[in-house]
Amino acid sequence: MMKKNILLLCIGLCLWACDSDDSGAINTAQTSPTFVFTHNWDGTPVSNSDFNDFIFTTENGESVSIERLRYVISDITFTTNNGEVLNTNLYNFVDVTNNNGLNYALESTIPVGNYSNVSFTFGFDNQDNAQNYPDLNSASFNVPDMLGGGYHYMQFDGKFINNNMEEQGFNYHAIRAVDNPGDNPTFPQDTFFTVNLGAISITNTVEIEVKMNIAGWFKNPNLWDLNVYNQALMPNSTAQILMYENGQSVFTLGDVSDE
Amino acid sequence: MKKGWFFILILIVSAGCSDDSNNSGYQPTAQPLDIPDIFSNYIIDPVLPNDNSQTVEGVALGKKLFFDRILSADGTQSCATCHAPQKAFADNLPKSIGIDGVSGTRNAMPLFNLAWNYGDRFNWDGSALSLEQQAEEPVQNPIELHSNWDNVVERLQNHPEYPQLFQLAFNTSTITKALTTKAIAQFERTLISANSKFDKYTLGQTSLTQQELNGLDIFLREDKGDCFHCHGNPNNPLWTDNDFHNNGLDATFTDLGLGAVTGDPNDNGKFRTPSLRNLAFTAPYMHDGRFATIDEVIDHYSEGLQNSPTIDPLMKQIAQGGVQLTNQEKADLKAFLLTLSDPSFLNNPNFQN
Repeated sequence: MMKKNILLLCIGLCLWACDSDDSGAINTAQTSPTFVFTHNWDGTPVSNSDFNDFIFTTENGESVSIERLRYVISDITFTTNNGEVLNTNLYNFVDVTNNNGLNYALESTIPVGNYSNVSFTFGFDNQDNAQNYPDLNSASFNVPDMLGGGYHYMQFDGKFINNNMEEQGFNYHAIRAVDNPGDNPTFPQDTFFTVNLGAISITNTVEIEVKMNIAGWFKNPNLWDLNVYNQALMPNSTAQILMYENGQSVFTLGDVSDE
Repeated sequence: MKKGWFFILILIVSAGCSDDSNNSGYQPTAQPLDIPDIFSNYIIDPVLPNDNSQTVEGVALGKKLFFDRILSADGTQSCATCHAPQKAFADNLPKSIGIDGVSGTRNAMPLFNLAWNYGDRFNWDGSALSLEQQAEEPVQNPIELHSNWDNVVERLQNHPEYPQLFQLAFNTSTITKALTTKAIAQFERTLISANSKFDKYTLGQTSLTQQELNGLDIFLREDKGDCFHCHGNPNNPLWTDNDFHNNGLDATFTDLGLGAVTGDPNDNGKFRTPSLRNLAFTAPYMHDGRFATIDEVIDHYSEGLQNSPTIDPLMKQIAQGGVQLTNQEKADLKAFLLTLSDPSFLNNPNFQN
């Protein structure tokens, strides 16, 4: 399991810290950055208190009510100015509905210093997706085996006003795109993706805000029509690839501050 | 000098009269939950309160209390009256009937795997915020055991056995409501069901029929039954998310469910997802016991959904009444669902009176 790799990470960090170069970018002080996951709709802050209300409008013009939003990010990675890559191999389950996982203190330490990039994976890469995560099982976040198994990357449920002016449910569930559900599913392309937050100076008590623009899932580059794509999207590889493409610009770096 | 001996003698006699065994160093014997492999392999540890550790003596006391009609006002009913072992600790009535012959408002929930309710909200409507708290209400509810807790405590305190049993379980023979419910909760947490045909299949100990496998497929397919988003999956052997959903039973609500507890109209008509384990023994179904058979439940999700403002967005094809399963698909799904029942749970000698 990923978390078991913490020990290896710490050992690696110790060795790495001993092998400091003269760039001055990284020093030997260690810290555990906190990632703060915030959500907005084209800049308007969104929390679970905004759920269950038709207060959002997609780019395509559908009025939307959010009822459930939870997702996984993994492999938080720090790249030094020298190009050294430090992969934490950790994951975090963000459950906006229940206000869990919004503040995630890294479960390991990294050297204080300047980093040229901090990144994470939206969802799991295929290797990590094949692991067993009891906390995600307990949250019923699994993807059935006939769809390739593993876990949802995101479960985003709500309602929209359809073309008949009726409330209708949608399940914007992002998973690994899959075809031929059954005993031997096939996978047309990977649909996890890397989110690059950019350069960050990691101080002793740094908080890193990760912003998700929820509206982005519906507009860029693919204008999303909820009347077309609303439910049963997990076995729909076309929809999954559209989600993958729209997800690329959903996350951005927010405030980076000392606690 | 003789006065000194006299004081020592008084102290010794006083100590002998004390009902607090702390002085003797006595501690109840720890009895950790016996967590099945099927759980430890897949899901996180159970929720156990810091102030109510499982002990041999506490569980034994809780079991005795659970089956004892002394908790009811007229000595005619116990917890087990509505939560019978042979019915997976439920009963077979749509709504349970209390000591005065008055029908309640809800179907008795079966009792098993309660320590794995991670949200720690119990009852159909989530009104009890711990298992200990849940045990308080039926005792004093006028349409259930219709007791007064002060009277219950008095009856227990004057009983020839209970003070000693509380002494052994909690190091005090002074009985309280809190200790009584703690003991009941300890017993209830031992009610673990993890030996169904499907559990054995998961552990590689048996195989499923083709029809049962077809039913599993329907259960897991988002474009068919799509049961798994709320009711778990082979990697979540609880077969419930223990969360609250409006599953489309009614267009308007006579019972607000979670909404009556939270006061939030967005929660109206939401009830806790029941586990699909032991369905074979727990009819009738739903919070009001409206469906007498599993077939009726499947028909509901296939053709009977009623729209309402709080219906869960996971409900599909509401305008058509549901997911529109064929008769064969319904039969297959039922065959799979029945593999989740665990007959050994009914006859576990540790759970009998």
